[in-house]
Amino acid sequence: MKYLVTIGLETHVQLSTKSKMFCGCATSFAAEPNTNVCPICLGYPGALPAMNREAIKLTVLSGLMLGCDIQAWSKFDRKNYFYADAAKNYQITQADQPLCLGGGVDIPVPGGTNRIRIHHIHLEEDVGKSTHHPRCSGIDFNRSSTALMEIVSEPVMSSADEAIAYLRALRQILVYTGVSNCNLEEGNMRSDVNISIRPEGTETLGTKVEIKNMNSFSHIHAAALYEIARQERVLKQGGTLVQETRRWDPDLCETASMRTKEDAQDYRYFPEPDLLPIVLAPEQIDAWRLLLPELPEDKRVRFVGQYALPEYDAKVLCAQLPVANFFEEAVKLGAPAKAASNWIMTDVLRLLGQSEQDIIDVPLTAEAFASLLKLVETKAINMPVAKGLLDELFETGGDPAAWVKERGLAQVSDTGAIEQFAREVIAAHPKVVEDFKGGKQPALQFLVGQVMKLSRGKANPQMAGEMIKQMIDDR
Amino acid sequence: MSLNSEFSTMTLAQASEGLRNGTFSSVELVRAMHAAIDEKDSVIGAYLAFDAEGALAAAEAADTRRAAGEYPLLLGIPIALKDMFNIKGQPCTCASKILEGYIAPYDATVITRLKAAGAIPAGRLNMDEFAMGTTTEHSAFQVTRNPVDPTRVPGGSSGGSAAAVAGGLALASLGTDTGGSIRQPASFCGCVGVKPSYGRVSRFGVVGSVSSMDQVGPITKTVEDAAILLQAIAGLDAYDQTTVNQPVPDYVAALRDASLKGLRIGVPKECFLDQTDPEVVTKVRAAIDACADAGAEVREISLPHTAYASAVYSVCAAGEASASLARFDGVRYGRRRGAAEDGLQALYNRTRAEGFGAEVKRRIILGTFVLSSGNYDRYYHRAQQARTLIRRDFEAAFAHCDVLMSPTTPTPAYLLNSKNDDALQASFDDAFTVAANLAGICGLSIPCGRTKAHLPVGLQVLAPAFGEVALLRAAEACRRELGV
Repeated sequence: MKYLVTIGLETHVQLSTKSKMFCGCATSFAAEPNTNVCPICLGYPGALPAMNREAIKLTVLSGLMLGCDIQAWSKFDRKNYFYADAAKNYQITQADQPLCLGGGVDIPVPGGTNRIRIHHIHLEEDVGKSTHHPRCSGIDFNRSSTALMEIVSEPVMSSADEAIAYLRALRQILVYTGVSNCNLEEGNMRSDVNISIRPEGTETLGTKVEIKNMNSFSHIHAAALYEIARQERVLKQGGTLVQETRRWDPDLCETASMRTKEDAQDYRYFPEPDLLPIVLAPEQIDAWRLLLPELPEDKRVRFVGQYALPEYDAKVLCAQLPVANFFEEAVKLGAPAKAASNWIMTDVLRLLGQSEQDIIDVPLTAEAFASLLKLVETKAINMPVAKGLLDELFETGGDPAAWVKERGLAQVSDTGAIEQFAREVIAAHPKVVEDFKGGKQPALQFLVGQVMKLSRGKANPQMAGEMIKQMIDDR
Repeated sequence: MSLNSEFSTMTLAQASEGLRNGTFSSVELVRAMHAAIDEKDSVIGAYLAFDAEGALAAAEAADTRRAAGEYPLLLGIPIALKDMFNIKGQPCTCASKILEGYIAPYDATVITRLKAAGAIPAGRLNMDEFAMGTTTEHSAFQVTRNPVDPTRVPGGSSGGSAAAVAGGLALASLGTDTGGSIRQPASFCGCVGVKPSYGRVSRFGVVGSVSSMDQVGPITKTVEDAAILLQAIAGLDAYDQTTVNQPVPDYVAALRDASLKGLRIGVPKECFLDQTDPEVVTKVRAAIDACADAGAEVREISLPHTAYASAVYSVCAAGEASASLARFDGVRYGRRRGAAEDGLQALYNRTRAEGFGAEVKRRIILGTFVLSSGNYDRYYHRAQQARTLIRRDFEAAFAHCDVLMSPTTPTPAYLLNSKNDDALQASFDDAFTVAANLAGICGLSIPCGRTKAHLPVGLQVLAPAFGEVALLRAAEACRRELGV
C-alpha cells in the first residue's frame, strides 16, 4: 500500500531585538552564563514583565511579509509547567489570540510555485538553557525571556523536501525583513516537525507524531525521512501509531519517544494579568508596512529588468539581501552592472566563503568596489592588478584610485614601453618564439606573461599580445 | 511631653512639621519609633523585623540633607512596610518560610518613590502568608494582636500594617489590598486604609500573587496622612504596564475644602445583610445620616451581583495565585529542601510542601483546579464573566452617585483562633470589600465609631476608578462631621 505524508512545522525564530522580550537585558548569545540576567528574567519575587515594543513590531513586519492578517487586538497568556529552566515556572506566550493569522510562503516546485499556508504567528518568551552533568545540572538564564516568534504552518507539506524548501524560503524572507539572523547554529531558528501518514485514497489524517526542537535543516530532513519510514513500517506490520512526541538523535540517526499523549501536560493557559492586551491601531500597522523590504522574488525580477542582468545573476545576487544591497550601492556609485555582478558572483562571494564572513562585516565597501570597477572599465589598471587590489580591499579596505597613483600601478598602454618589453622577451626566448611560429598558441601566452613580468604586472596584456604577434610576424 | 510619648499618636503631617520646624530630628524620630516597638511590640507582634541601625543611618543622612536646605515632602520620616516589598539588600519574607534566606536584589517602585520623597523604609510588618487571609493568623512566623483588644485579630492580610499604626508603633505604613487586605484591618484596628484604583500605584517589586487585583495603599491615622502617602507612591511606572498614564492630582490640597454639600452618596442595600452585626449597622447608618444632615444626598442603590462577589473572587484570585506562586520552587532563591540526587520533582515537592502554609496550599490547589482543562470554562471563564457583571453594577451606580458608603466588614474584629478552619466564613467577611478589587475601583475605610465592647467600626467609601480625589474628600468631610 502507498502512503501519503502530511507535515506541519512549528518554527521558533529568535527576533533580532537588542533587549529581551520582557526586560532590558541584552540578548547577546555568546556571553558568560547568567551575566545577561535581572530579577525579571530570573523570575524573582515581585518582578513584572514589561513588553518590548520592538518585538511586536518585528513580529508584525514578519506577518506583513508573509501575507498574514495582523490582529488589531491580541493578548498574552501564561502557559504553566514546572521545569528548572523556566524561571517563573510559566511561560508568557500567546495561546489563542495571536498577533498574526493566516498567510503563507511560496516554495519552488517543478513547473512553478506552491504556497505553503501559515496558520498563525505568535510571540512568546524563550526559557533558559539546562546543561546536565553527572552529579549536577546547570542552568543558564541568558536566553531566558528573549523574544521568540513562533510560526505555525498548516499541515500541508507532503514530503521532507517540501518541508526543507518551506524552511529555506521562510528563512530567506525573515532575514530579508531584518527580523532575525536565523542563524541555525546559534539556535535562532528551531523547528518542531509534525508528521502523519495515511493510506493513499483516504482523507482523514493519520496519527500525528511530533519531533521536537531541531535547528539543522539536514537533521530535520533526515528526521522526517526516518519518521515517515518508521510510521510506514509500523502500519505495514499491522501495528498502530500512538500520538506522541519524539526526539531526533543525530548520532544514532533515529527518533526516540519522549512522551505519549497520555502524559501530555495540562498547561492551564489563562490570560497573563501582568500585561495589557496588545492593541494596534490601523495607522500603526500602516506605518510599519512602509518599513517592509522588497520580497526576494520581486527583487530578482526587478534586477533582471533594471540592470539587464541574466536570470542566473539576479538569482545569485538576491539570495542574500546584504549582497543585493552591496550590488545596487556599487552600481549607483558608477560601477557597470554586469561587471559588478560578475565580480561579486566570482570573486567577492569566493572571498566571503573563504573567510566565513558576511559582506556587511568586511572592510570592503561598495564605494571602493565601484571605484575599482571604474578603474578596470577605463583600462586604468589591468585585470591582474585589479584582482590583487580586490583581495587587499577585502582584507583592509582603502581607496583603490589613490593606491594606483601612490604605487604606480597604472596600466601601461604606452606602445613604446610595451614594444621595448616585447623586444626583450622575443630576444630572450628564441625557442618559444619558434614554437609559436610552428603553430603552438600557448607559447604566445608565455611570452605575454613575460612582458607582464617585466612591466611588473602593469602592461596592458591585450596590447602586449598583439605587439608580440606583430613583431614575430614582421621578422 | 516627650517625643516618645507623643510618637504613639503622631501623624505624618505632624512629624513632617516637627522636622521642618526643628522641634526634633529624624534621628530622634526613629529612636522614638524604636522605643515604641521595644516597649509594645512584644504584645502586639506587628513587626517581623526592625533594622534600627539601618533606619538610624538613613535618619542621620536625612538630617544632614535637611541641614543643607533640602526638604523633600517625607524627608527623614520612617514608614513601616508590609513584608512583601522588595527593598534592596533586605529580606522579604511575605511571612512565608519558603522565602527564608531571600535577600531582595532590587527596590520595588513604591520603595524607590518613598526614598525619592525622602522617606525611610523602616520595619517589615507581619501579614498573612503571601497576603492570603483575613486575620494575619496565616503568618508562618508569629501572631499579631489587635492593639485595641489583644485577644482579637488585627484583620488581614495587612494586619501588621494596621496594628503598627493603631498601636502607635509606626507613624504610617503601607499595605496591599487584593480583596480588602488594607480596608478590613484598618477597620478592625480603627485606622484609615486606602485601596487605590487598579493601575494607580505600581506593583513592580511587590510580591503579590493576584496581579489583576493587587494594589498598594497607605494605612494611616488620618485621611490627610493617607493623601500624603498616596501622593508619594502613585503614578505611571514603565516597570508595571498595568499602571495607567493619568496625572496624579494634589490629593492633600484637594482635602482643604472637602465638603458633603450636594455629594451624591449611594448606599448599596446588598451591604446590609441579615448576618451583618447590628452594632456595625447602627454605627454606619449613623455616619451616613450625619453626612445627609451635612448636605449630602443619600440614596439607596443596588449592586445586584454582590452576592457572587466572594465566590468570583475566590476563583479568580486562586487561579492567578496558582501560577504566580509557581516560581517559589527552591531552584533560584529562598529555601530549598531535597537533595539534587533525588531529582528535580522531589526537590519541588519537598520545597513547596514544607515551605508553604496550609492556606497558601489550599489556594494553589483550588487555583490549579479551576484552570485545568475541562474546568476552565466551568469556573475560571465564568468567574471572569461574572466579574464583568460586577464591574457593570458599579458603572451603573456611579452614573448617578459620586461615592458609595457601606460597612467595611460585617463584624468588628473577632477573637484570635476563631476563624482558622472556616474558609467559607472568611470569604463572607470579604463580601463588602472584594467587589471593589474585582471592579478595579478605589475605596477606603475610615473609623466611624466603636461598639459597646469598644471595638472600632469601619465605614467603607468607594469611588469610581481614578476617583481618589472624590474618595478622599468624601472621607475627610465625613470624618470632620463625625469628629473622629
